[in-house]
Amino acid sequence: MSPIISRGFKGRRRDDVPSDRVPPGQYVTPDFPVLSAGPTPHTPLDQWDFALTGEVDGQHRWTWQELRGLSAETITVDIHCVTKWSKLDTVWEGVSIDTLLDGVETSAEYAVAFSDGGYTTNLPLEDLTGGKAWVAFAYGGEPLGAEHGGPARLLVPHLYFWKSAKWVRGLRLVAYDEPGFWESNGYHLYGDPWREQRYWGD
Amino acid sequence: MARAAVLGRLNWRAADVVGVVPETARVKTIQFDVPDWPGHLPGQHVDVRLTAEDGYQAQRSYSIASAPDGTRVELTVERLDDGEVSPYLTDELRTGDQIELRGPVGGYFVWEPERGGPLLLVAGGSGVVPLMAMLRRRAAAGSDVPAVLLFSSRAWDDVIYRDELERLNANGLLVVHTLTRAQPDGWTGYARRVDREMLAEVAPEDAQVFVCGPTPFVEAVASALVELGHEPARIKTERFGATGGRDG
Repeated sequence: MSPIISRGFKGRRRDDVPSDRVPPGQYVTPDFPVLSAGPTPHTPLDQWDFALTGEVDGQHRWTWQELRGLSAETITVDIHCVTKWSKLDTVWEGVSIDTLLDGVETSAEYAVAFSDGGYTTNLPLEDLTGGKAWVAFAYGGEPLGAEHGGPARLLVPHLYFWKSAKWVRGLRLVAYDEPGFWESNGYHLYGDPWREQRYWGD
Repeated sequence: MARAAVLGRLNWRAADVVGVVPETARVKTIQFDVPDWPGHLPGQHVDVRLTAEDGYQAQRSYSIASAPDGTRVELTVERLDDGEVSPYLTDELRTGDQIELRGPVGGYFVWEPERGGPLLLVAGGSGVVPLMAMLRRRAAAGSDVPAVLLFSSRAWDDVIYRDELERLNANGLLVVHTLTRAQPDGWTGYARRVDREMLAEVAPEDAQVFVCGPTPFVEAVASALVELGHEPARIKTERFGATGGRDG
């Protein structure tokens, strides 16, 4: 269907935003909106850990102090939420998933990130490796606030932001792609913003 | 195209405006007829797409206000003065216009009478919209599932769906208003922001809870409910971003 012209609609183009940084259907906002399906969990740091489970050999678990003892990176990226907003040049600090997977033997090709509060999201393992994903614990130079997923969230900026699981507690490595929370509720299994993969069938 | 059909792609559909109804000074309901509308669940939303003459497009998401009713779909939109899409929807659209819709979307923040209750709905401002779809469905189905709507508005004239809520306030539904900024003379109801004490007074035990409103409102309500002992997994939330709309 060719688009219907909305009589009198002019819209608000952003001349200050390079169009090659804004995926189709998105608009740029200076705000950082919050979208969560339930109450915000508050896990004390002394009870927090991050685990690799599923198809892995041995125990891979980091306490908060152990995670913060790993080498961290500062990451400046654009993020894109499926609810249409994009935010440019966000600055995070976190540990690369490559660092966590270093030396881990697995035959898995997919991962399910799991979080406090029961949230899950699925990703191909190759989208988490090669410098594309982090466990982030700081945003804008400050500790990551609970409503934005603190103490730590997954950061996978090349996919829609629901893949960047808030309150993340680990990755379950699996042989087959298993739909997570939103992926079971109408949202796309993969979620590439540049191909506008918002919903089932996109 | 056959493959797209099998996968159930949500295609853009032409939606005919068949009515525009003012709700409050800043809020209007836009009634659409959407041929081939597949139906929806109360609580779901749609994406709206506007296209300018030069091809520029803007998309936003809005909750569906109406209960499932054939090809009829209603959106209730709050005008955000600095918004890109909502001023067009509330000020420019009139009967006979056409825009594009895609949906319905979302399978989590939904309720139907078969899911039972008791139900606790907590709304801040235009966060009432998806909750109203649930209450309209409940009424249309003749359901007597016990339900409480706790609805926070700034003032009596800002109460969206005020008259209809008064009519629905029976058959096991209790509508409780709180007016946070100004109250009419003789007001005996709540006159403050929703807090733990208020929730304790109105919330049914073991309720299925739906909370919708601006982010600080939802954060406060959901946290207070958890403190009161409500099971986090039974509390479903939907928040507007700082940019308004459902989230934009």
